Amino acid sequence: MNYLAYGVAAWLFLIGLYGVVSSSNLVHMVLCVGVIQSSSYVLLLSIGYRIGRPAPIFSDISPGTPAVDPIVQALMLTDIVVEVTVVALLLSLAVQIHKRHGTLNPDRLTKVSG
Amino acid sequence: MSEQILRATILLFVAVGGSAVVLTRETAAQAMVVSFYGLLLSILFFVFQAPDVALSQLVVGALALPLMILLALARVKKQGQKQKRREQENT
Amino acid sequence: MLAYGAMPPVGFVQSKYGDMVNSLTVSERHITDAVTAVNFDVRGFDTLGEEFILFTSVLGVVVLMRRQKDEPAGDHEDQLPGRTIPKPSDAARVMSFALVAPTVLFGLYIVTHGQVSPGGGFQGGVILASAPLLLYLCARYSDLKRVLPDKLVDISEAIGAAGYIVIGGACVALGGVFLQNLLPLGKSGTVTGGGMVAFIDLGVGLEVSGGLCTALLIYLEELLEDKEQ
Repeated sequence: MNYLAYGVAAWLFLIGLYGVVSSSNLVHMVLCVGVIQSSSYVLLLSIGYRIGRPAPIFSDISPGTPAVDPIVQALMLTDIVVEVTVVALLLSLAVQIHKRHGTLNPDRLTKVSG
Repeated sequence: MSEQILRATILLFVAVGGSAVVLTRETAAQAMVVSFYGLLLSILFFVFQAPDVALSQLVVGALALPLMILLALARVKKQGQKQKRREQENT
Repeated sequence: MLAYGAMPPVGFVQSKYGDMVNSLTVSERHITDAVTAVNFDVRGFDTLGEEFILFTSVLGVVVLMRRQKDEPAGDHEDQLPGRTIPKPSDAARVMSFALVAPTVLFGLYIVTHGQVSPGGGFQGGVILASAPLLLYLCARYSDLKRVLPDKLVDISEAIGAAGYIVIGGACVALGGVFLQNLLPLGKSGTVTGGGMVAFIDLGVGLEVSGGLCTALLIYLEELLEDKEQ
């Protein structure tokens, strides 16, 4: 039970990797990369969590009560920004590849013109 | 005890949601599944006491991501039609 | 597998830094939202880097999706003669129209109250950027361009990105360290708590909303019908 969160993170990573490897469509591949990124969210989240403690916002609870780790949550915010970035850029790349080669299938993109 | 069940349930939902994103091969349907998966992730963050992260994940993952995917797909389809028309004119 | 065996069970990891930040953030920095305090005050320099990641990615999208020389622009799909686009249903249009103003207000609220409750520059900026999308859903593309011209979006994004550096530079000019919190720390639990964090929040909010609106407009531009030669 205690290790379920780590297991879910590992499972998301593996299935995302499977999706990238076995994909036949570039856009599908980009979204599987997104699933791999979400596995890192689950891992970070489970590292920072303390059982039974509330969120680190002190407007309602009095300051000084032990709360969940806020440093890890700040890291996760940056992580989400990076995900948006990566997906946007990869999608633009995929669109341009389709314009030049007429196909979104990575198996058929064999030529690399210099 | 009930908190543990809640956390375990949402973790399992996230695992199933991730598998669904990967196993959907149709890209247009996948955009909808990604939006739902973003919602599941933000509920996960909420249950794990991370409201800031849940806010940004909600707007980004359920709104901006599927929007970009659908717009990219629309452009790809239009480019495909244009290329087909050009091929028909050339033959 | 070895790494998994060595990791502590979920919920019991001890982290001294996290606990220290939690206990000190209200008394020292007068900010009640610990995550915002970490993002903008304790680790403000990292957020500068993160903001520029977003800025460069929007730049990259614009460069990649730019109209090439062999694609002359044409009318938008809505306005082609003889083209019947099904209009969005009346229910959708009324709902989106009704939600635009509350969305903008809510986004501004989240941006300015970053140090009091969950929120901050990034979250509020993204919510603000979804308001033009609602406008597009209930009106046509030309109306959207009229309300949100390209120049306005570019200027707001640039002001946000530059504002962060200017604030930091102002701290250096006034004799402190880069991004040191020099303004008087107000009362915790109100908008004035945290001094300079409010301004940095505004800057980040402007930058994020401007950047995402730019990306949105670029993606929407791609739906222009190309004129046949």
